[in-house]
Amino acid sequence: MIAKTKIISFFTMIFIITFTLFSKGEEVIIADSLQNNNAENAPSSEESKKFEPGKFIFEHIGDSHSWHILSIGEHDIAIPLPIIVYSQKQKSLLVFMSSNFHHGKTSYKGLKIEKEGENKGKIVEVTEDGGLTTDITASKPIDLSLTKDVFEILICIGLMLWVFISIARKYAKNPLSAPKGLQSWIEPLILFIRDDIARPAIGEKKYNKYIPFLLTSFFFIFFNNLLGLVPLFPGGANVTGNISVTLVLAINTFIITTFSGNKNYWKHIFNAPGVPWWLKFPIPLMPVIEIIGVITKPFVLMVRLFANISAGHIIALGFFSLIFIFGNMSIYAGYSISVLSVTFTVFMTMLELLVAFIQAYVFTLLSALYFGMATEEHH
Amino acid sequence: MLTLTIILQAVASAALAKMGAGIGAGIAAVAAGVGIGKIGGSAMDAIARQPEAVGDIRSNMIVAAALIEGVAFFAIVVCLLILFI
Repeated sequence: MIAKTKIISFFTMIFIITFTLFSKGEEVIIADSLQNNNAENAPSSEESKKFEPGKFIFEHIGDSHSWHILSIGEHDIAIPLPIIVYSQKQKSLLVFMSSNFHHGKTSYKGLKIEKEGENKGKIVEVTEDGGLTTDITASKPIDLSLTKDVFEILICIGLMLWVFISIARKYAKNPLSAPKGLQSWIEPLILFIRDDIARPAIGEKKYNKYIPFLLTSFFFIFFNNLLGLVPLFPGGANVTGNISVTLVLAINTFIITTFSGNKNYWKHIFNAPGVPWWLKFPIPLMPVIEIIGVITKPFVLMVRLFANISAGHIIALGFFSLIFIFGNMSIYAGYSISVLSVTFTVFMTMLELLVAFIQAYVFTLLSALYFGMATEEHH
Repeated sequence: MLTLTIILQAVASAALAKMGAGIGAGIAAVAAGVGIGKIGGSAMDAIARQPEAVGDIRSNMIVAAALIEGVAFFAIVVCLLILFI
């Protein structure tokens, strides 16, 4: 039983990685695209690069094929990530580093990263002459790359493994001593999940089966939320604000709820007790409503986590964009608004820390409640 | 006159969509504020009646607030979809 949920947790990771690989990618081409824009919008602003807040915000919220750290003048410092693509036009699996695209200036092995239109940020085929024109007749290649969000998930997995394996070793060595160090941070959280989420929601007899999944999803969401708030390198990717990731987390909850549903659970869905017969036969109104309920519960889990975390990031990015918008008008306005902006951003980040914990807590609590409802005995 | 109204409508439809998104987001904010305000208010009343139950009341209040925020965020996501897609 415990092994089964461990296998499910393992497949969660594989699932999440696979799904995020199929999510949208947006290449961060700040300096180059701004230069291109300036060349086209000829004489108006040659010196100052026009700041576009919408583009700025979406670049930082979205996924990307390389990890952009900072831009100094015209140079971008970015960590290239591997691109793994199955090209249907060339019928071959291509693996290479994203640095070969030179921030969107060249095409490589018949592929390039699209800069505008509906495929913006994704990898598309180019025409045979090897230039930069998109081949509109070819279908997009199957993109399995290690994008920024996937890399961040791997970093989070490494962090979780390090934290929990070191704690487990300390407990194995002397199980009866008082916790110190990392243990004293994590043990209250684990006990909180066991005693205040799992036990009341699922019941004394069955909560043990679901504890591995609940703990894993709580710490995965919590650590990813926290990592998303850190602006420096191994952090700062918007993982839980990526709807593919939250989709997979919600699907996991849905799968576990469905597969652990006992006869009582299905009876309540298809033949709810206490409901008059004419709502179930000939037109099964009640069962349809119940089935819609079964689908919407995980769907709401997905949207809640995605929207909360994305909104937090958008607010922080919006405050920073204010500085640049004012700076475009006059450099002194930019400097003066920056004090206010940074203060507000610090305050919002404190709120975001609270939201990071609360969203992880609510996701885990609701999953536990659904498991409890699925395994409830007849009363 | 008729042509002018038609042209105006064609031009305005894009702007109307953006205004609709703005109004929708405003309504979502108001609704979330009202809902969570009610929860906060009854939580305060409950704590005043029975100060030793503060812990239970606080966790239940936070859960209810998070659920309501979830619904408000649905509206925000729809408004963002209108604006940007």
